[in-house]
Amino acid sequence: MSVVLETRGLTKAFGGLVAVNDVSFKLQKGELLALIGPNGAGKSTCFNMLMGQLKPTGGRVFLMGEDITGKSPRDIWRRGVGRTFQITATYASMTVIENVQMALLSHNRQVFRALPFAHRMHRARALELLGMVGMEAQAERHCAVLAYGDLKRLELAIALAHEPTLLLMDEPTAGMAPRERIALMQLTADIVRDQGVSVLFTEHDMDVVFAHAHRIMVLNRGELIADGSVDQIRNDPRVQEVYLGGGTVFKSEDEAADA
Amino acid sequence: MGLFIAQLLTGLANAGALFMVASGLSLIFGVTRIVNFAHGSFYMLGAYIGYTLMQVLPGAVGFWGAILLAGIAVGVIGMLVEILVLRPIYRAPELFQLVATFGVILVVQDLALMVWGPDDLLGPRAPGLRGVVRIMGEPIPKYDIALLVITPFVALALWYLITKTRVGILVRAATQDREMVGALGVNQAWLFTGVFALGCALAGLGGALQLPKGGADLLMDFNILTAVFVVVVIGGMGSLPGAYLAAVIISVLNVFGVTYLPQSTLVLMFVVMVLVLMVRPYGLFGREEVAGEHGQVGEPERPIKPAGLQVRLLVAAGVAALAALPLFGSNFTQVLATDILIFCLFAASLHFLLGLGGMVSFGHAAYFGGGAYVAALLVTHADTPMELAFLLAPIGAGMAAIIIGWICLRLTGVYFAMLTLAFAQLLWSLVFQWGEVTGGDDGLLSIWPAPWLSGTTAYYYFALVLSVGGILFLRHVAHSPFGYALRAARDSERQAEATGIDTRRVRMFAFAFAGMMAGLAGGLFVFSKGSIFPNELEITRSFDALIVVFLGGVKTLSGGIVGGAFFKGVEDMLTRYEYWRLAMGLLIIFVVIVAPDGIVGTLRKLAERAGLLRRAEDET
Amino acid sequence: MLELSAVNSFYGKAHVLNDLSFTVARGQVVALLGRNGAGKTTTMKSIMQLVVPRSGKVTFQGHDITGSAPHKVAKLGLGYVPEERRIFTDLTVLENLEVGRQPPREGSYAWTTEMLFDLFPNLAERRGNRGKALSGGEQQMLTIARTLMGNPSFVLLDEPSEGIAPVIVEQMARVIIQLKQEGLTVLLSEQNLHFARAVADMAVIIEGGTQKFTGTLDELNAHPEIRDAYLSV
Repeated sequence: MSVVLETRGLTKAFGGLVAVNDVSFKLQKGELLALIGPNGAGKSTCFNMLMGQLKPTGGRVFLMGEDITGKSPRDIWRRGVGRTFQITATYASMTVIENVQMALLSHNRQVFRALPFAHRMHRARALELLGMVGMEAQAERHCAVLAYGDLKRLELAIALAHEPTLLLMDEPTAGMAPRERIALMQLTADIVRDQGVSVLFTEHDMDVVFAHAHRIMVLNRGELIADGSVDQIRNDPRVQEVYLGGGTVFKSEDEAADA
Repeated sequence: MGLFIAQLLTGLANAGALFMVASGLSLIFGVTRIVNFAHGSFYMLGAYIGYTLMQVLPGAVGFWGAILLAGIAVGVIGMLVEILVLRPIYRAPELFQLVATFGVILVVQDLALMVWGPDDLLGPRAPGLRGVVRIMGEPIPKYDIALLVITPFVALALWYLITKTRVGILVRAATQDREMVGALGVNQAWLFTGVFALGCALAGLGGALQLPKGGADLLMDFNILTAVFVVVVIGGMGSLPGAYLAAVIISVLNVFGVTYLPQSTLVLMFVVMVLVLMVRPYGLFGREEVAGEHGQVGEPERPIKPAGLQVRLLVAAGVAALAALPLFGSNFTQVLATDILIFCLFAASLHFLLGLGGMVSFGHAAYFGGGAYVAALLVTHADTPMELAFLLAPIGAGMAAIIIGWICLRLTGVYFAMLTLAFAQLLWSLVFQWGEVTGGDDGLLSIWPAPWLSGTTAYYYFALVLSVGGILFLRHVAHSPFGYALRAARDSERQAEATGIDTRRVRMFAFAFAGMMAGLAGGLFVFSKGSIFPNELEITRSFDALIVVFLGGVKTLSGGIVGGAFFKGVEDMLTRYEYWRLAMGLLIIFVVIVAPDGIVGTLRKLAERAGLLRRAEDET
Repeated sequence: MLELSAVNSFYGKAHVLNDLSFTVARGQVVALLGRNGAGKTTTMKSIMQLVVPRSGKVTFQGHDITGSAPHKVAKLGLGYVPEERRIFTDLTVLENLEVGRQPPREGSYAWTTEMLFDLFPNLAERRGNRGKALSGGEQQMLTIARTLMGNPSFVLLDEPSEGIAPVIVEQMARVIIQLKQEGLTVLLSEQNLHFARAVADMAVIIEGGTQKFTGTLDELNAHPEIRDAYLSV
C-alpha cells in the first residue's frame, strides 16, 4: 500500500490558543479514514490546513510524498484533492448539471474560454458523474431548490469531477435523515472501492463512522489521542471518556434512565 | 511658519462641515446599510433653508438659530423621505435602495431650482464675526475660528450620543445585527427612521454652517458627495473618529494643495485615498465587511439559458426594425437612436459586471469617458486617423480597467464600490485639472468621424452594428465557460476556489472586459458628438448607468439593455421640459417602489403569475 | 401559553417546516429535539416571526402573532435566545444588557442587572469588557441574560449547550431549572438528550421539518427506538 497523505507534527495556534497540536498521521491508498472528536477539538482547523485554507504554524503536510504545506487551495486541488463542505457550497444560480459542468470546465482548464457555449460542454461526463451519486434525474433542476441531502450529493459529484486521489469530506452527513446518511456513506464507500480514491472524513454520527470507516482517529483539544481500527477505538477507555461516553455531566441521570 | 499655521487652521475649519456630512452618511450606512446618494442633497437643502431663514431672522441669535433650524428642518425632510420612499423597499435586494436615493437627488435639485432659482447665493456673514484675526501675522477669518471651536463640540455631542446613551447603544447594536435588535423588542422601523433623520440633520447642519464661507448653489450636492465618500472610506465606514480624522486630513490637504499644487488639488485627495486603502483596505478605523453578515441575502438568482428560437427571432426583428429606421425616421430620430444605442451598450457592460459578477461599480463612467478621451486625445494631439483612434478607445479603457481593477478587487461589497468611484473621480479630476492636454472644462472639440462615416445615417448604422454587436457579445460571454466561472465566483467563492477556479483572476478579466465594452461605447459616443467634456467621466454618468441597470433588473440578463433604452428614451423626451429632473426623479422612485425586481424582473413575475410564462421551478 | 398549529415555513423555496403543531403550557419546560438541520432553529425563528410562516398559526397567550413584527412579539413577553451566541461583540457586557432592557409587564419578573449578575457570577466580573473578549461560555450566558433583561414570561432557548465546555453546560442546566422555579416557561431546542433530560418536562422531536414525537420525557425514555431513530446519542 502506498501513502497518499501524511502529516508530520501539524500544529496551528491562534494567538495563544493551540487549536491543533502536533498531529501526525498517514492515510493509505483506498482507505476510508474517520476523524472524530468533540466540538472544538480542532477537526475543522485540521481540515482547513490540509486543504490550504489555513496555513499551519508548525509541521508539514505531504501528498503522495510531495510537500504541500502552505499551498493555496487551488494548488492542492490541482494535485488531486477534492473536498466537500460542512455547510454546503454550490452555485445557487445554476442548474444541477451546470454545477458539475463548471467543475469539469475547471478540470479541463477551460475556465477562461469566452467563445463556446458552456452548457454544451462535458454534458455526457457530467451526467455520468451525477449518475454516480444518483442525481441524474434532477440534472436540470435549479440548484437553489434542492433538498439538503441532494445538495450534499451534488457536492460529491463536483468533487469527483476532478478525478481526485484524495477526498476530504467535512461532516458529510450532517443534517441528513438517517436513511440518507447510510445511503451517502455507502455511496462513498463504493467510490472508494471502485475508483481507488482515499477518503478522510469528519463525522459526529457514530453509526456512520462505525459502519463505514476502515480506521478512526480521535482528536481531543487539538491532540490526537487515539488512532486505530473500529474495535480498538470503540473499546478505548480514553476515547469513551472524552467522546463516546456521552460526556460526564449528566452521567448519573443517564445511568438512571438507562437502567 | 505663520502661513503654515494659518493654513492648518483654515483646513481644520473647513473640516467641520465635511465631518458633519460624512458622519451622517456613515451613521445611516452603519444602521440601515443604505448608501445614501442623496446625502449631498440634504447638505444643499441645509444651505438653502439656512439662507432663507437668515434673511428672516435678525441678528446673531437669528443667524445661529437659522443654522440650527435648518438642521432640524432637513432632519424632518429626511424623516419624510425615509418613511415615504425607503421604508417600502427595505426588503428589496441590497443596494437597490440607493437607486431610490438617486431619485431623491433629482427631485431635490429641481425643487431647489424652483424655490431658490438658478443663481448662486452668497452666504451672509455671521454677525459679530466679520473680519479677521491675525495669528503670527497671518489673517484668519473670525468665522473660521468659530468653526474651529464649534466642530469639536458637535463631534463630542455626537460621540456622547453614540457611546453613552441608550439610543446610541441601540444604534451600535443595530449596526452589528439588526435582526437581533428587533428580536429583543426594539422597533427597528423607528430606529431606522430616527437614524436616517439624524444623519440628514447633520448634513443639513453642515450645509448651513458653511454658508458664510461657500454660500449655496445647485452644484453643491454632487461636489460634497464625492468628498464625503472619500472621507467615509478613508476613515472607515461607520466610524465617527475615523470620519473626523479623515475630514481633517482631506481639508488640510486641500488647503495646502491650493497653495503648493494648485493644478492638482482634486487629484491629491484621491491619491491619498488610494494610498490609505492600499495599506488599510477598510479605512483607518473600519472593520472588515463580511458579505451576507447582515442577514440580507436576497432570493437566489435563476439559471440562465441561451435564447431560444422565439427570442432570437424577436431580437432579429427588433434589429431589423432599427436597421429600417433611417427609411422613415428623421435626422433627429436617428441621432436620438444613436444616443440610446450607445447608452445601452454602456449599461450592458456594467450589467455584465454587476449582474453576473456581483461587482457593484460606482465608477463605470471612468471607462466610458476614458475610452472617449483616449480617442479624442489621439485625434487632437497625434492626428491619429479616426479608425485607429476608435479602435484604441476600448483598448485604452480596458487597460485602465486592468490597473484600477487590480487595486479595487482586493476589496468587496460597498468598499469595492466606493473605491471604483474614487478612481473614476481621480480620472475625472485629472482630465479636469490638466487643462493644457485635455482642455479641462472646455473639453476637446472637432473630434469628427472619418469622411465615410460623416453622415448621420452612416454613423447611425456604424453605431447600430457595434452597439448591437457589443451587446450580443456580452450576452454570449455570459453563456460561455468564462461567464459560468464569473457566476460561480459570485455564488460560492469557497466552492469555486476549492475546484481550482482562480476567482480573483476571473473577476479581474471580467472587470477589464466590461471596461473595454464601456470604452467601445465611449468611442462611439465621442465621434457621434464631435466633442468630449469632463462630465462624461463624472459621478453622475456613473450613476446613470448604475440606476438603469438596477431599474431594468440586475437579476435578469436583459435588465441593463431594457433599463438603458427605457430611461434614456424617457430622459431624452423629458429634457425638453424645464423641470425634467423632478419628473425623472419621481419616475425612478415610483419604479423602485412598484417594481423592486426591476422592470424586466417584475414583468417576468407578472407574466408567470398570469400563466403566460412557465415558472422557473415550482415550489415542490 | 404558546400554540403552533399546522405551521409551514420556507427559506426561499426550500420547505423547512412541515405542518408543525404543538403547545407549551405555562410553567413548562419543553425540549425541541432533533439533529442538525432538522428545523429546530427555523421553528424558533417562526415562533419569533423572524421567519414568517407561509401557512399555519402561532398563538401566544391568546394573541395570534403570525406575521407580526418581531419587536411586537418580543413586547408581548416572548424572549428569544439565538443559537451561536449572537451577542453584540463590539458592545460591553453592560451595553449588551441595555439593548435587551424592556419595562416589566404586569405579573412578569422584573430583572435588574444585579440580579442577573447573581445568576451569572462570571458576567459580573466582566461587565465592562467587550463581547468579543468573552469566552464561548460567557457569551452564551450573556445571550441569556440579555434576553432576561426584557422580562419575558416565555423564553425560546436555541441550542444553549452547543459548543460550550461541559462545566458551563452544567451551569446552564442549573440556570434553566432555576428559571423554571421562578415561573418562567421555556422552549429549548437541543441535540443533547442528556441536557434535555436534566431540565425538560416534555419533548417534541422533529426530523426533516416534520414532527415525529410529542410527549413527556418518561414516554420518550420508554421508547428507545424513537430516540435511536431521530437523535444522535
